[in-house]
This record gives sequence, C-alpha cells and structure tokens, in this order.
Amino acid sequence: MRSAKDDRLVGRAVARREDPRLLTGHGRFVDDVELPGMLHAQFVRSTVAHAALAEVDLTQVRQVPGVVAAFTAMDLDLGDITAQLGRPLTEFVPTAMPVLARDRVRYVGEPIAIVVAIDAYAAEDGLEAAKVTYETLAPVTCEDQALAPGAPLVHEEATHNTLVDVSLFATEGIDEIFDNAPCVVRVEARTGRQNALPLETRGAVAHWDGREEQLVLHTCTQVPHQVRTVASRCLRLDERAVRVIVPDMGGGFGLKCVVGREEIATAAAALRLRRPVKWIEDRKDALSASFLAREQHYTARAAFDVDGRILGLDADVVCDMGAYSCYPFTAGIEPLMASAEMSGVYKVPAYRVRGRAITTNKAPTAPYRGVSRPQYVMVVERLMERAARALGLDPVEIRRRNIITEFPYTGVNNITYDPGSYLESLNLCEQALKEAGWYGRQAAARAEGRHIGIGYSCFSERTGYGSTAFAARKMEVVPGFDLAEARMDTSGAVTVTSGTISHGQSHETTMAQIVADALHVDIAKVKLHQGDTDRITYGWGTFASRSITVGGSAVRLAAAKLGDKLRAIAAAEWGIPPEETELDRGRVRRRDDPDAVLTHEHLAETAYLKSHLLPKDIDPGLTATAAFDVFNDGTFSNATHGVVVELHEGTGQVEILAYVCVEDCGVAINPQVVEGQCRGGIAQGIAGALFEQVTYDGQGEPSATSFMDYKVPTAHEIPEVTIHHLETPCAFTETGAKGAGEGGTIGAPAAVLNAVNDALRATRVELDNTPITPETVHRALTSPALEQTP
Amino acid sequence: MNDTGSLGDDVQLLTLDVNGTSCEVITSPRRTLVDVLRHNLRLTGTHVGCEHGICGACTVLVDGLPVRACLMFAAQAEGKQLTTVESLADPGTGELNDLQRAFTEHHGLQCGFCTPGFLMLAQGFLTERPEATKEEIREVVAANLCRCTGYQTIVEAIDACATARRAQRAAGTEETSCN
Repeated sequence: MRSAKDDRLVGRAVARREDPRLLTGHGRFVDDVELPGMLHAQFVRSTVAHAALAEVDLTQVRQVPGVVAAFTAMDLDLGDITAQLGRPLTEFVPTAMPVLARDRVRYVGEPIAIVVAIDAYAAEDGLEAAKVTYETLAPVTCEDQALAPGAPLVHEEATHNTLVDVSLFATEGIDEIFDNAPCVVRVEARTGRQNALPLETRGAVAHWDGREEQLVLHTCTQVPHQVRTVASRCLRLDERAVRVIVPDMGGGFGLKCVVGREEIATAAAALRLRRPVKWIEDRKDALSASFLAREQHYTARAAFDVDGRILGLDADVVCDMGAYSCYPFTAGIEPLMASAEMSGVYKVPAYRVRGRAITTNKAPTAPYRGVSRPQYVMVVERLMERAARALGLDPVEIRRRNIITEFPYTGVNNITYDPGSYLESLNLCEQALKEAGWYGRQAAARAEGRHIGIGYSCFSERTGYGSTAFAARKMEVVPGFDLAEARMDTSGAVTVTSGTISHGQSHETTMAQIVADALHVDIAKVKLHQGDTDRITYGWGTFASRSITVGGSAVRLAAAKLGDKLRAIAAAEWGIPPEETELDRGRVRRRDDPDAVLTHEHLAETAYLKSHLLPKDIDPGLTATAAFDVFNDGTFSNATHGVVVELHEGTGQVEILAYVCVEDCGVAINPQVVEGQCRGGIAQGIAGALFEQVTYDGQGEPSATSFMDYKVPTAHEIPEVTIHHLETPCAFTETGAKGAGEGGTIGAPAAVLNAVNDALRATRVELDNTPITPETVHRALTSPALEQTP
Repeated sequence: MNDTGSLGDDVQLLTLDVNGTSCEVITSPRRTLVDVLRHNLRLTGTHVGCEHGICGACTVLVDGLPVRACLMFAAQAEGKQLTTVESLADPGTGELNDLQRAFTEHHGLQCGFCTPGFLMLAQGFLTERPEATKEEIREVVAANLCRCTGYQTIVEAIDACATARRAQRAAGTEETSCN
C-alpha cells in the first residue's frame, strides 16, 4: 500500500482540469453569454483629450435603424466611482470618476454616452450619429507639462496635477552619507506606458432578473465583489440586488482588477430598459481607452563604499497615472509600491524616496502584473551595474556583496522579508550561463566585432499581502483576507468556493489539488466554484499574486475543517474520540484498526439523510467555512534572471539568445503551472523592455489604436526560457506556497536592459529607458566611441 | 436562424458548410464570418481578439487553410468547407484529438482565449506540412498572439504532435483522430 505522502497531489504537474472545455471550444467567455432579447451596447467616446462638454446631442442616434436607446450621464443619473486613500490632502487628492462623462472629458476615448441597439453593428452605426460639442481646453500630456507652474488642471481639486505625493522614508543623515561616499552613481530612467493586453478585451452582459429582484452582471473581472459594491452604489441598489458572475476570463494581468465604467453603464442600461444588454470592447477601445500602466520617471542615485557595498539609496519617482484614480486601488498604486519596496533584495542601510502620482489627459491606469516592480527593479539593477563599472567589479560579484542572506531580514523600508534563496538563485543563474558556455561565446563574438551582452536581475516579489500590509498602504477599502467554503454532498463529491478568480492561473486544478490532499479524496471528486457573488460570500478576487498564498490557504483550512467533521461523525458512529480516526482515500479509518473504515458517502448519508443518528453536538450537513489572512508583511518569492542578447548592426535589433530564470516560490503546488506563469510573465517583461509603448502626441491623441501600432511580441521575438526551481517553503501559508504570478514580468526588463548595456560596453553608451527601440540601439552602435575601439 | 442582423429588409440567405454540416443562415451582408459562426450558428469556440486580422484568435480553416474569420464576410464563405475548433474532438465521445492532447500535456494554454486560433492554425499547417521542423513551427506560431504562455509550450505541443504523427505514419498505422 502506498503511504499517504505518496498520494499527495501538491507538488505534481497534475493535468489541468480547465483544459478539455477550453480546447474543444466549449469555454464560456463573456461574449459567449447570449440571452433572449439581448441588445448590444457601444460607447460614444471623446475625440479630444481635454474639454468641457457643451452639448451631447443623441437625437439623431436614436433615429438610426436598429438603435433602441441612447443615454448620457444626465439620462442615467448614476453615482460616481471614487477611490480613496486614508491619507491627508497633502498626500492624496481624491477625484471622482463619473460612469459617463458629465461636464468634462479628460482623455481621448472617455465614455460620454451609451448606445444600445439590436446588434453591435447597429450600435456602431449609432455612434456615428452622435453630436458632441466640445469647448476644448489645453491638454496636459506629459510630466513636464503637468508639473509646470500655471499648468492647466486636469482636476481642479488637484493643484499641480498631483494626486499622490508621499515621502515614506528619509533616513536621518542620508545627505551626509552621499556627500562622504567614495562612489555615487545615478540613473535617470523613463519607462513606456503599456497596456496589460489580455487577449480577451473587457466586456459585460447585464440583465434584470425580476424573479430574483436582482441585476445580474456577467463581466470579466478579477474582482467580482468589488464590482458588485460599485454597481450597487452607482445604481443605488442593495448589494443583494446585484449578482456579479465571472465566466471564463481571457486573461486580465491587472487591467481587469479595477472597476470599469463601461460595465457599470451597461448594467445601468439593462436596468433602465429591462432587457439584457451586452457590451464587448473592441480592440481599438481596449488599446486606447481602457486602463494603461507603467509610465514612470525615476531619478535615482546610490552611494557605495570602495568594496562595492551599498551605503544609501535616494530616489524620486513620478508615475503618470492618466486622467483618473482607479477603484479600489487609487492612483497611489504605482508610487506607493515603488516607495515601499524599492530597496528590494539588497542590504540598503539608508533610504529616501519621494513618490508621486500625476494626472494627465491620457487614459487612466490600473495595476499591471508586477506593479512598479518591473520598473524599480530595473532602476536598482542599473545602479548596481553602474557601480560595478565605476568600481571595476564584476556585476555578479557586486550583487553578491549586497544581497540579503540572513532571514528574517527587516529592511530600511520597515518590511520584514521571510526566508528566500536570494544568493543561491544568483549563483545558480550565473553558473547556468557559464556552463552553457555563454561567457566564452561572448568573448569570441566580441573578437569578431559582434555585440553580445550578458545581463542579470535579482529581485524578490512580495506576495500574499494580507489586510495588515494593505492597511499599511492606507487603502480606504482594505483587501487581504479570503474566505472559502467546502461542502460535501451525499455522493461524496466536494464543492469548494474561493474568493479568488482564475483567469489563466489554473485555480480549478491547483485549488483542487490542495483540497484533494487535505481531505484525502480523489481530485475528480473536487470542484471549485469561483467568480459568482451569490455563490461566494465574499472575496477580494485575484491580484498581487494572492490567490494561492491567501486563497489557497483558506481553501485548505476549509477542507481540513470538513475533514474534521467527517471524522467526528465517524467517531460518533464508532463511539471513539475523533482523535482516534484519520482520513484515508475517500474514507475515515480507525487508527487502531486500519481495516475499520467508513466511506465519505456513508458519512454524508448520515449527515444529510439520517441526521437523527447524529449526536446533538454535531449539526446536520457537511459544510465548513474558513477564513485566512496574513498578519505580517507577507511572503517574498524571489528569482534571478540571466539573459544573453545580441545586438544587430544595421537593424538595431535586440535578439535574445538565451534566457535563464532561477525562481523560488516556495512549495510549487503544480510545477507546470508555475513554469507557465514564469514564461508568460517573462514574455510580458520582454514586451515592456523592447517593444510595447503607447505614446501620445501634443494634443493627447494616443499613438497606438491597433496591433499595427502596438507591437505585441510573437513567438518570433520571445525566446525559449530555461527554468530552475529552488524551494524555500513559506512558514505561514497553509501550503508553504508563495505567490508566482508576477515574478517573470518583474525580472525581465532589468535583465534585458543590463544585457543590452553589456553588449554596448565598447560604445560607452548606456541606455536606461524602456522600451529599447531598434533606433536607440542603432544609434548607440554607430556612436563615435565604437569606431575608436580597437 | 433568426438573427437577421440590424437591417430587416437587407438580408440574404447563406448556405455554409461548417464542420461537414450544411447550415442555412439569414443574415445581413455585412456580417463577418466570425460573427456568423459565433452568434448565428452558436459555435462560440472561435474567438474575436482584434477584428483587424493580427491576433489570430478567430482562425478557422477555409478549404483546409487557416484564415482570419474576422477579415472575411460570411457571404464570401459560401461554397467553401469551413472547419472550426469544435470539429477537433471526437464527436461521439468528446475525446480530445492528438493535437488537443499535446496542448494539455505541454501546458500550451492558460486562459484559453487564443487557444482555438492556435489549434486551427496548427491543424491547417501540419496537414499542409507534416514534415515541419520545430523552427518552422515557431515561425508559423508567430502568426498569432498569445499573452499568457510566452509561446514556448505552444511550439512544443505542436512539435510533439507533429513528431508523433510522423512516427505513427512511419510505423504504418493509419492516423484516424486527426484527419
């Protein structure tokens, strides 16, 4: 007989339970939801970046064949979406985001009116007939304009166009440290505005269910309960009267973890018309008018001693958050993340940071996979490389001298890091590139005049933020805990709920693995329910790599409680204490007599169908609920990425020759899923490093409104990635797992940028901005310094 | 099929051959093939990702070759054989075909939204070029966009399927599940 340990599913590449339906075309995404009598909505959107709305005339829209209705903000009279931080006005200025623009538009693409028609074609016909009269205002399209004295204001209440201005840390005496340091290096870096770009655009289907007296909103969101809260407030309904259902979701990456105005407007239209209304965002709107991210400007310096040990870090971060603060995170999401965590994996003794969110006439921003960490890691890793050059040290060696090696480690940022494998991952990554012969090949290529570079990035990623950590950010709505319920029916099948919501991360598989182990049942007997506010009491959804750490822990606790109840019922039948029983492959077994077993089906029958047999202290039914929260600073996954690039003269192309990722996310519930997260994350990080950017012209017109202009990397550009796993289990999650959702994206830009700079060594050009365009590389490769190099 | 599109008096009757079945559709002439497949015929496995022919989520086979169904009017598909993702698995048992199995074995999908497009792209390509090398497969995979996987496992899945089909052919066994 196999031991219980052999039967464990956690740690195995269990086949994904999502796959059969997705591979056969039987997934159900929001655009697949079809209801009788359903209408289709599209939005009249602003064609200018900044204007007062003089008039919105929909008279002719309503005459267009097929158009059923058209509504402005005045017609619908909805409450605003306002995200709050519990900070003084000097640090945070709250701004309201109306569901439809009321008297002012603040970016090209801002929704002004909703047009509802018998199909999407007719709805688009209707848009053409809208007459919007703008009184244009000067647009604010970049940081320099936003912060200039006398600048036009995007929001009157936000003087200096600044929504967030926080100085979280300022070590006493830091100026003296920099004044006296033998080596001070500086980096000024700008990172491009990106779109998280789930392949499935946003969308919603709403209808009023008169029997349930409930508005039912199908929408692809990472935060169903938060959408419910906003919908209920904007529509002035009790939360009970709103049901949010999330079907299969075609990616999210953060873009869908904020509440969108269009999903609320779609709900409002359905409520008004008492007919189902569907809205599916087209790609143009998804690229230009949804939520963007990542446009940041760092001015940073670091002080080092002669041995390359860091003495201090001093940074100013300006994040261009666009026109509105997103709900629930606010415009503080990027500057607060950067400010709180920038010291990263290094032993930084002194730290000062100022973080700002500015508002401009561009599409608003949402958290995007990694949130600020891809950017600040890049800046810190550039500082490390620059110091190594200044001090004549090997770039890996300078990292070794500074990396945190003793845990728990409380940083200068007052965050306590739980144990990780920071140094081990660095060493292993370097060893992998050495053993693959890349250093030798680089030297040989250089001798031939080719430009091959090797670059690294070291980072850790805080995952499993509990309510304590979010409260420290002073969020007014404080995410953190998760609830799970486990139920068993009379057939012994288990239903488990989670407040997290998978959109590619395989929760139906990984959560079932956790439950199967905890209850000692066949995984085929376990089904996860997620993404339905009527089935799930409450949840914070999926973001910040919280699902397995927090959600998975709650699920495990609920399953264990259900197991306890099964044992209690069995123990009562045997007349022995529950401690003398144990769970064993779909049964409860007596410890003193392994042949004495009661099946789950038998026990469930007692619990439901023969409850008169239960002792008085055991309630009928088989259900258990558990909550989990993290009451410390969270758990840190870590990794080192190593990249080899070749720069091509003439085209300026950056070709990635090799990519090695050494990652540690604690116990990997499903190693294949973890590798998938790594590779996908790395692809998105490479996208940011080399390809993707939304720019705006002086009038606030976005450059990228199709895939012709927004260059999403394909299999041609994304290399194969070699992954090595290390495992430092987390001591306080129920499974030992740490989050694995974002690391790939965090590490890639820094490693790629460092590799490019290594390849450019002979040119004496150093690049610090992303995306690194072929033009920049070409210019660097034709720099005069290169010609002087022998 | 009673979804006539937006203009009641400007409709046409189309006969489409989809997955070997002849289907009659009354629709307006401007409806794209992907919209008719999804909304008139309720074959929602084919997805819409960009509506301008770049992402490939809507890839179907037209007379055996991969085509962007968002760039084609349904009316243009009359008289052609259309094949969608719904045709791949065994119609009786629902059992996945070898290509689909390779995708699940290699974790070639995460959110699954782009997956039907990649499956049909690969199905068409491997039929045309059963001898394709892994490098050629990577070139073809570059025709479509995936935001989740980083492509590596998609390439590996298709390569594994192609390799297995070649081995089966070499062994002289008739492959029946992936016609």
